[in-house]
Amino acid sequence: MSEAIAPALLAPGRTAGMNWRRLVPLLLVAPLVLFMLALYALPVLAMLSRSLLEPAPTLAHYAELAGDEVFHRIFTNTLWTTLVVTAGTLVLGYPVAMGLARARTLLPLLLIIVLLPFWTSVLVRSYAWMVLLGRHGLVNEALLAMGMLDRPLRILNTPLAVHIAMVHILLPYMILPIANALRQIDPSLARAAAGLGAGPWAVFRQVTLPLSMPGVMAGILLVFVLSLGFYITPALVGGPRDMTLSMLIAQRVEQLDWAYAATLSAVLLATALVIIAIFQRAFGVGTAFRMSAR
Amino acid sequence: MTLAGRGASVALNSLEKRYEGFGAVRGVSIDIRSGEFLTLLGPSGSGKTTTLMMIAGFETPSAGDIAIDGRSVVALPAHRRNIGMVFQNYALFPHLTVAENIGFPLKQRGVAKAERARLVEEALELVRLPGYGTRQPRQLSGGQQQRVALARAIVFKPRLLLMDEPLGALDKQLRESLQLEMRRLHADLGITFIYVTHDQEEALTMSDRIAVMHEGRVAQIGPPEELYDRPENRFVAAFIGESNFLPATVRGREEGHVVAECAGSLVRATCTTNPAPGESVTLAARPERLRFVDGGWPAPPPANRLAVTVTEAVFVGERCRYVLRTGDGTSLVLKEPSSAATRRRVAGETAEVAWSVADTILV
Amino acid sequence: MKGLRILGGGVLTLLLIFLAAPILLVGIVSFSSATYLTFPPPEFGLRWYRAYLGSRDWLDATWLSIAVAAAVVVVSTVLGTLAALGLARLPRGLRVAATGLILSPLIVPGIVVAIGVYYAYSRYGLVGSPLGLVLAHSCLAVPFVVTSVSASLAGLDPRLEQAALSLGATPLGTFRQVTLPLIRPGVLVGALFAFITSFDELIVSLFISGSGAVTLPRRMWDDLRYAIDPTIAAVSTLTVVLTAALMGAAHWLKRRGERQGLHSP
Repeated sequence: MSEAIAPALLAPGRTAGMNWRRLVPLLLVAPLVLFMLALYALPVLAMLSRSLLEPAPTLAHYAELAGDEVFHRIFTNTLWTTLVVTAGTLVLGYPVAMGLARARTLLPLLLIIVLLPFWTSVLVRSYAWMVLLGRHGLVNEALLAMGMLDRPLRILNTPLAVHIAMVHILLPYMILPIANALRQIDPSLARAAAGLGAGPWAVFRQVTLPLSMPGVMAGILLVFVLSLGFYITPALVGGPRDMTLSMLIAQRVEQLDWAYAATLSAVLLATALVIIAIFQRAFGVGTAFRMSAR
Repeated sequence: MTLAGRGASVALNSLEKRYEGFGAVRGVSIDIRSGEFLTLLGPSGSGKTTTLMMIAGFETPSAGDIAIDGRSVVALPAHRRNIGMVFQNYALFPHLTVAENIGFPLKQRGVAKAERARLVEEALELVRLPGYGTRQPRQLSGGQQQRVALARAIVFKPRLLLMDEPLGALDKQLRESLQLEMRRLHADLGITFIYVTHDQEEALTMSDRIAVMHEGRVAQIGPPEELYDRPENRFVAAFIGESNFLPATVRGREEGHVVAECAGSLVRATCTTNPAPGESVTLAARPERLRFVDGGWPAPPPANRLAVTVTEAVFVGERCRYVLRTGDGTSLVLKEPSSAATRRRVAGETAEVAWSVADTILV
Repeated sequence: MKGLRILGGGVLTLLLIFLAAPILLVGIVSFSSATYLTFPPPEFGLRWYRAYLGSRDWLDATWLSIAVAAAVVVVSTVLGTLAALGLARLPRGLRVAATGLILSPLIVPGIVVAIGVYYAYSRYGLVGSPLGLVLAHSCLAVPFVVTSVSASLAGLDPRLEQAALSLGATPLGTFRQVTLPLIRPGVLVGALFAFITSFDELIVSLFISGSGAVTLPRRMWDDLRYAIDPTIAAVSTLTVVLTAALMGAAHWLKRRGERQGLHSP
């Protein structure tokens, strides 16, 4: 075998082959990227740019927002709703997740019950709560029939209705990541802790809860960010005073106040991104959104 | 299928593969003869699999050349190299039946359906699985899957067969029977086999030649006996089989042997190089080639002798294993075939060991 | 310990009722024969289903939603599958950027997407046309296709593709005969998600369906804002049954794909 098969002689063919092979993935991804840029990303960015360019390059719209009472009230209300809903889903979702993680024979049934609302559109679920909470809805009728009320309560079109409906709608997003995390805990750990003399509460506090934290954090992030942008549910079951940021944006677009709507959109988007960034930094759960795929 | 002498020759010439500064393969040159069974043996990370992947065409060399039958194949994509390959974990297509798996390469080559069925059945017979064509791969045991993978890799009559740790997932007994089967297949087909493994026993059993790989280079290449009896360096001596390493100082030469001082005694060693007197060297000796001088086997001359103390004695059934200590504190292992007739030594007793000069290698 | 168990079981049961009851309730109301919403219904009947099937408006909206969703399935599945195949092989920097763009609709609040799309589409005559809906819904559906196909690809043993190549299959032949059949469950799951994403989508539709392309959720929304007519309960029940069936199918496919074990043993 001669020593002198010059690698350089082979190089042209080799690099050409490699370049072509490198190009294939790019050609596969390019159609979708161009499609999304043209039909989604650039439209959104163009709209957002109105907040900075109306009528000339300016930050005036953001400055205006800082002193706007209506915005303050609605922004605070949106954050408050988000917090209440996140806390509500956590408190109600954790036990369900535990049930889901421990179930054996009942697992298919539990899974269907948790997934059914997940598979139902937000619109239909909001409608369900309109039926339930209305003046002549099931809740009022039942309470009246049991003699616990003299006249129907006003629940629909109040903040309470918004909170109940949103908790219901977002519960699966809290339950599924927590159940996932709980399922990955080695059951012998809890048994070992119990064997070492820890009572049920101590086992939960010191073993189960800390080990499920990644799922809890993913759930909190998902619910928080999703509820921040809620529009349909508050619009249907909330009252005029329960306006959220999303509703305010829609209202301003209807009034063709694009600069204001764009400014609000930028604030809403930035809030969501900041929260995601904080969670990603602190808990490394940014990938939660991959599994938000229903 | 009589294809004797139909194997391809493969020449690896200064083959290199670098990943972002890290050299996985750093200048490998091997000439593989037509019809040879060559094994690339080495620990994980030694570059053996990367070398195989470059021959198969799944990795592009950073430098160097691969020639099959004298023609460079570096620019040829994997699917046009016409090389059979058996993968770790078999890589059978789970969505195809056994017959469809084996017929796959024939289909790619445009072989007509009837002919395909005939060749598939022939290949199944060759690997001793006749009538298994309609099964799904996951219905087969590991050993059967392995045979199907083998049949699939040879059904299109390639002149070169590559195998990447094909027996790694099987238990010891099955592995041994499949090793013999592969040897038989190699003899029947007459094609060139390149086999990758980290299992030295497997390599010793099956190969015509073994290339021991270490840190991206070939540490030594040769027939199994040569590697075992005359390792050229410490890595090969330690990786293939077990070796004792004795620090020694060269004192001179005598009748083609090197004379060195070791733990206060003069010992002789075979050596291909010519170390200068006074140089510090390491001598290697296999544990099963050491004997107690007062034991049943008087060491044939010319022999090396050392005084030792027994520090550990273990009865392993077929043999006894002793850990010994020389005067300068070096540990040695001695393996002795067990026999009710030989006296077992106990820890603490002193003894003298001897071994043949031919079994003493300077590494 | 036992008391704790029973308490836990009770809490869990109540929570499960909270989860399931509202949707079941809509189903029950839909079979009411009363002209207005009461519970329990005085009598059962198919009155509201008949009302739905007898209404041009409702049926037109239904067909439009199905047609748009079907088109979205085609666009997003083709583009999303190709992209998923490419993403895995892209250099890291580009991959992160492209993934960020493709998955961003999961993060960006719906209203922001909706008015952005409305803002741009209105300039190109895409408001009030089914085409506009297909294009916008496809962008929203694509993340589901890409995540689903990417998950299948990640579970695919790369040696299977190498084996196909070593056996003489061309890269395209390898894709057609090995890769595609093995990731098919992932592609189908992605397609089902895409269908439901479009079929249920409301916020974007509110802005760009105009009067020319009224989808089913848009029609329901309009109805809800005026009067709660039990027809909507019938429509809701039908859509729940449809999406639950599709989702159940997707779930089953996913599980089957996992069981089939794309990893070799």
